Amino acid sequence: MASKFINITLKIWRQKNSNAKGGIETYSLANVSTDSSFLEMLDQLNEQLINEQKEPVAFDHDCREGICGMCSLYINGRAHGPETGTTTCQLHMRSFTDGDTIYVEPWRSRAFPIVKDLVVDRSAFDRIQQAGGFVSVNTSGRTMDANAIPIPKHDADKAFEAAACIGCGACVATCKNGSAMLFVGAKVSQYALLPQGKVEAQDRVINMVRQMDEEGFGNCTNTGACEVECPKGISLENIARMNREFLSASLTADK
Amino acid sequence: MSTLNSRIPEGPISEKWTNHKNHMKLVAPNNRPKIDVIVVGTGLAGASAAASLGEMGYNVKAFCFQDSPRRAHSIAAQGGINAAKNYQNDGDSVYRLFYDTIKGGDYRAREANVYRLAEVSGNIIDQCVAQGVPFAREYGGLLDNRSFGGTQVQRTFYAAGQTGQQLLLGAYSALSRQIGLGRVKMYHRHEMMDLVKVDGKARGIIARNLVTGELERHSAHAVVIASGGYGNVYFLSTNAMGSNVSAAWKVHKKGAHFANPCFVQIHPTCIPVHGTNQSKLTLMSESLRNSGRIWVPKKKEDAQAIREGNMKPTQIAEEDRDYFLERRYPAFGNLVPRDVASRAAKERCDEGFGIEANDTNEGVYLDFATEIRSKGRQSAFAQGDHNPTEEKIVALGKKWIEEKYGNLFQMYQKITDDNPYETPMKIYPAVHYTMGGVWVDYNLQSSIEGCFVTGEANFSDHGANRLGASALMQGLADGYFVLPYTISDYLANDIRTGKIATDSPEFEQAEAEVQASIERFLQNKGTKSVDHFHKRLGLIMWNKVGMARNEAGLNEAIEEIAALREEFYKDVFVPGDANEMNTELEKAMRVADFIELGQLMAVDALQRLESCGGHFREEYQDSEGETLRDDENFKYVAAWEYQDGDAKKAALHKEALNYEYIKIAARNYK
Repeated sequence: MASKFINITLKIWRQKNSNAKGGIETYSLANVSTDSSFLEMLDQLNEQLINEQKEPVAFDHDCREGICGMCSLYINGRAHGPETGTTTCQLHMRSFTDGDTIYVEPWRSRAFPIVKDLVVDRSAFDRIQQAGGFVSVNTSGRTMDANAIPIPKHDADKAFEAAACIGCGACVATCKNGSAMLFVGAKVSQYALLPQGKVEAQDRVINMVRQMDEEGFGNCTNTGACEVECPKGISLENIARMNREFLSASLTADK
Repeated sequence: MSTLNSRIPEGPISEKWTNHKNHMKLVAPNNRPKIDVIVVGTGLAGASAAASLGEMGYNVKAFCFQDSPRRAHSIAAQGGINAAKNYQNDGDSVYRLFYDTIKGGDYRAREANVYRLAEVSGNIIDQCVAQGVPFAREYGGLLDNRSFGGTQVQRTFYAAGQTGQQLLLGAYSALSRQIGLGRVKMYHRHEMMDLVKVDGKARGIIARNLVTGELERHSAHAVVIASGGYGNVYFLSTNAMGSNVSAAWKVHKKGAHFANPCFVQIHPTCIPVHGTNQSKLTLMSESLRNSGRIWVPKKKEDAQAIREGNMKPTQIAEEDRDYFLERRYPAFGNLVPRDVASRAAKERCDEGFGIEANDTNEGVYLDFATEIRSKGRQSAFAQGDHNPTEEKIVALGKKWIEEKYGNLFQMYQKITDDNPYETPMKIYPAVHYTMGGVWVDYNLQSSIEGCFVTGEANFSDHGANRLGASALMQGLADGYFVLPYTISDYLANDIRTGKIATDSPEFEQAEAEVQASIERFLQNKGTKSVDHFHKRLGLIMWNKVGMARNEAGLNEAIEEIAALREEFYKDVFVPGDANEMNTELEKAMRVADFIELGQLMAVDALQRLESCGGHFREEYQDSEGETLRDDENFKYVAAWEYQDGDAKKAALHKEALNYEYIKIAARNYK
């Protein structure tokens, strides 16, 4: 890890609150270690702003290990920045060079209104989940033994790959239609692939898709941008599976 | 002054919980909608509690500071969750899980609580599978297990290196279902600012809407604190940036005792510190110790050559490597408990064998070469190739590693720019988990009536050291299987109480106090950022209340923190306003509590004249550097009562620990 220090120029979207008009502000930042993560670089900028008695840039972040899904950011026109399979918190400054100008913007989507600066409201995802993203089993500890139903490893692995979605919203932000189908498809697939999810499969897909539409997400036109930008590599196959589930549920459901 | 009543039920240990459940009061289904419960925190302990209470029919209000309940830091747990299922037929049982946990905790946890934890552990796995949690499976379709530190069986269930994520998303799905049904009202981007007590009972909270800055009053018949641990008192830890002690600390300041604050877990396998702008440390799961061997060079000159970049670890011959855990602890080897492994790494680095080129030379190797060859050979054999080439062995071995630990290896490579398939990982201990927390009785009720504390926020199950894969187990056990019973027993007395008013003087006063503390920060004409003070606090804590402590250092820490506290209030600068999203204000409020807690941790460490688990007092060690417990004088829980507005003046209450079912002995992993 031979660390270097670089100087950069930042062009960052600043917006006081959801009603205010926002705009790009320019900042110079010197002596950024290339071993720093992108968010550590923003910490450094904020420290500088506070020392100048200015308001720091608000951005969402929490675990800084690429798993909580809280960090976002459009960096130089790409969701989560230039690296593939990487969340913003796992992006490191070694991906940039001395003298770079870096544009930092919030997720852009009608369904994700801006709260402040780089922070957006992704609660639409929670509401989609509440519409059906679960198995209706109460807590009792008296369900059947965990090994009572063997699940083929292949199916379990596929369900896990779908369940690995961190709900960050990069798929929506990067889609020209603002579609949430990769997110919803992943959740629908996780349950559709497991025997536990089969019982409610029809209602689930219909309810989740209905809520997705109500939230104002766009439709899918198969550009595949979501899969490219997804930091967890969630496959487009999940959208196809959701479409199959939805079609079959729409045609065969009782109601 | 209250005395501690742990309310442990009578009877043989294996029947305590069942008997207790049979005799606790119930609230009938038609009465539950008349009762409100607040749950603060939506990690495993909070989400599972809120979901379960919602299912039962109570009116639940759940709070989290993140933008969604799914982000709570349980999500970052990697390795797995323990359960005494004995699916691997290697002699596991409820008793063994109980025994391992008590021993792993260095005989400083309550027997009855730990037995209950082991007892319900199997139900957790059943429940999670029923919810659609995709645990790892074998080719026969049944659940797979692996080993974790401090055990000699395979009882850890996992989902790649993302077990916490999958379990939390399971609990979040159960919570989401209740939110959708209108039984739980979710308040995201809300932070609890204080507890409100009415007639001595917990009856609500003051919360701040983190988007609008508005202060809100929420009343309830009981309040559940499930806000996690306090590792961020060290500034650098594996905790999420937002993880904080404030909810637990506010409850403490309102009268709940805080137990064993000095019991902190320093996890042996984290990525070493790289520089001064670093904001947090990253864990490499303990599960890697199933396959990785920890070593440093035998010769100091080799270690130095590595640090200076003149030598690579792969150039060091087998006989010149010191696999120090295997050398010191042959019975458990690389799978000794975390505190033991951490201290052993520190010992080698202190002696000059550290391999990392940072300020402190602190780093050791975690090497997968042996495992890659052995698994590669096995895989080749399974494919029918009984005489594989060297290249094939290595290729297949790497593939096996990738399947087991792929996401961890990828994470490591992203952070360090090193490829751990080719060169050993560099690791060093870092603050990870806090065993101490709010004191609770067997019912998980704190010393404030109606205030329950679950998960990492309480102190109850892990003694002086937590075993790997037990935090997830405790969080879900508390939330799914313990609290719903015990809180109902309490709430049964409230079926005629009616709604708790929020216009009472108690709510007025609590809100006014919160308002005043916010104003104080915003009007302060300071010059330094909150992080500036947090980093300094962290350094004091790491150097003097960290992996090794001594009397002089602890006394210094107490005074240095007192001075830091004064300077903090005088010179901190918090920009922005109260009535908007203000992340600096949030941090300032949290750091104010960390400073007070830090002092109490040092006070607690100072009074405990023994070494046990994660608490290592340099004065108390044997000739081989192992911990020396003092069971005669210190076999107790230290529960502190806040007094006179000053953590330094806290009053100590002792809860004696009795071991009836486990013979207390020196902890031996040799």
